[in-house]
Amino acid sequence: MKLLRQCLLAAAVLWSQAASAAGVDQRLPVVASFSILGDIVANVGGDRVAVVSLVGPDQDAHVFEPAPDHIKMVARAKLVVVNGLGFEGWMERVVQAAGYRGEIVVASNGIAVRDRVEQEHGGEAEHHGKNDPHAWQNPANVVVYTRNIIAGLSRLDPAGAAIYQRNGDAYITKLNALDAWAMQQFAQFPDAKRKVITSHDAFEYFGAHFHVKFLAAQGVSTDSEPSAKDVADLIRQIRKEKIRAIFMENMSNPKLLQQISEEAGVSLGVKLYADALSQADGPAPTYLRLMRYNIEQILAQLKLN
Amino acid sequence: MMLLHDVLQWLIGPFQEFSFMRRALVATLALSFSSAPLGVLLTLRRMSLFGDALSHAVLPGVAAGFIFFGLSLPALSIGGFIAGVIVVTLAGLVSRHTELKEDASLAAVYVVALALGVILISGHGTQLDLLHILFGNVLGVDTQGLLLVAGVSSLSVVLIAALYRGLLLESFDPSFLAASGGRGTLYQQLFLMLVVMNLVASFQTLGTLMAVGLMMLPAVSSRLWHDSLPAQLLNSALQAALAGYAGLMFSYYASVPSGPVIIVCAGGLYFLSLMFAPRGWLPRLLRRPHLRA
Repeated sequence: MKLLRQCLLAAAVLWSQAASAAGVDQRLPVVASFSILGDIVANVGGDRVAVVSLVGPDQDAHVFEPAPDHIKMVARAKLVVVNGLGFEGWMERVVQAAGYRGEIVVASNGIAVRDRVEQEHGGEAEHHGKNDPHAWQNPANVVVYTRNIIAGLSRLDPAGAAIYQRNGDAYITKLNALDAWAMQQFAQFPDAKRKVITSHDAFEYFGAHFHVKFLAAQGVSTDSEPSAKDVADLIRQIRKEKIRAIFMENMSNPKLLQQISEEAGVSLGVKLYADALSQADGPAPTYLRLMRYNIEQILAQLKLN
Repeated sequence: MMLLHDVLQWLIGPFQEFSFMRRALVATLALSFSSAPLGVLLTLRRMSLFGDALSHAVLPGVAAGFIFFGLSLPALSIGGFIAGVIVVTLAGLVSRHTELKEDASLAAVYVVALALGVILISGHGTQLDLLHILFGNVLGVDTQGLLLVAGVSSLSVVLIAALYRGLLLESFDPSFLAASGGRGTLYQQLFLMLVVMNLVASFQTLGTLMAVGLMMLPAVSSRLWHDSLPAQLLNSALQAALAGYAGLMFSYYASVPSGPVIIVCAGGLYFLSLMFAPRGWLPRLLRRPHLRA
């Protein structure tokens, strides 16, 4: 039994990827609901915390199915950090199943909440409420996230409060630098030119903050088979609104998308990272790199046109 | 005059405005003129379910193409073509040399091929749905796909014309052809290769449903209209073309998925044929009193 526990513990350490030279026992076990949040917590906690993300890199938090391992992680945690705004509908069940009684830090507490854009979507039943949970797409909101996490960690571990504050302040400086850089980059283009079509409804905060208009792709955004009318409508929409670039992922047929972009005369962007980090060797292994990558991709498309 | 103009605009407007509509129409027409006649010949041999079987039988070739050359469409479709040819050749050999009929041996060989394909794919640990990637959509036909379908279709029409006598004899009376010194096996193999080529090309550009549907439905209904084979071949091609055009119009104006609605149009023509064609139900009903009298 003891051996089993040790094995599980070892697995948890491997999973966390945060294993550093410091001994495992001394670090605070913290569970973050998804990879982006885990990265922010790791930046604030530094060596003093061991962060585990329930929904890992390249995984979709909307369709997450908790496994027994996840429950164990939460049961062992001293602190749980969630995004809130209805993003983790499954979290309540996980916390109950794990018998976790500690504090749950809601990272998005105190941000200006935006309503989700109305879109006809097949999988929309996953979400609850009309708040758009993707607040981290605006770096200014992540400053608030960071403050909430500093406060949460300091309450749990007052001895480390000064360190959390220092780490957090350093991270906030980086966030502000990213924000200023992005603002400056987007300023090269007049507002009217900053139009992008996306199949994802995750960029409401991003669009509002950087004044980029994200239009929903009509009809062809879902995995179902499109009609000729859907395709024609999308091409007309792109032409009429003078859209510069399209970013779409969940299309069942990549060739069809290629044809649409060719006929409408816009360039086809690569995948934007919305809800999850990439693997360590991907283009978006941290939140800061993720934002920089997305912004660079959008800028590159806007420049092409 | 105004009205005529409007009707004309309604009929050809979508194709004037959008190149994806033009490409879809041309690909469908090209497919109609080669696949549907081949379908008629398939029904003669009682192999109407051949296309369906083949859409699974290509899997091991597609998997092998992926394993050796990665995710490239030409590699996937060449692999699929080779696998298809191997499957029909084996099935053909079995039916020539044993008691089994062509359809029975094909049913046996293609499930084995499908199983091998699944094993190949899982052995190389890919999560990708290869067939999903290989199978296209009529609205997403690119220039490469259009050239492929047009090339295959032209070649098929020429070959059907050149081999017509042999194909005919081989379909109706293989033993006569063999007895008179004809090269029956050769004709059979060439014919089945043509069918595989047409199917693989149209899987890739138009998807399985359209490939199999446009091959078989017009073929089956054309047999209700005429006694002579040449008339059936022509009729099937025209029905397929009509269904293709009508389906695209429906898809454009009524917003329904294109591939399926084209096949439903072909199905509608099949229903009309069942009812009103000379060998259909109504004429038979009307003839009956004469027979009794």
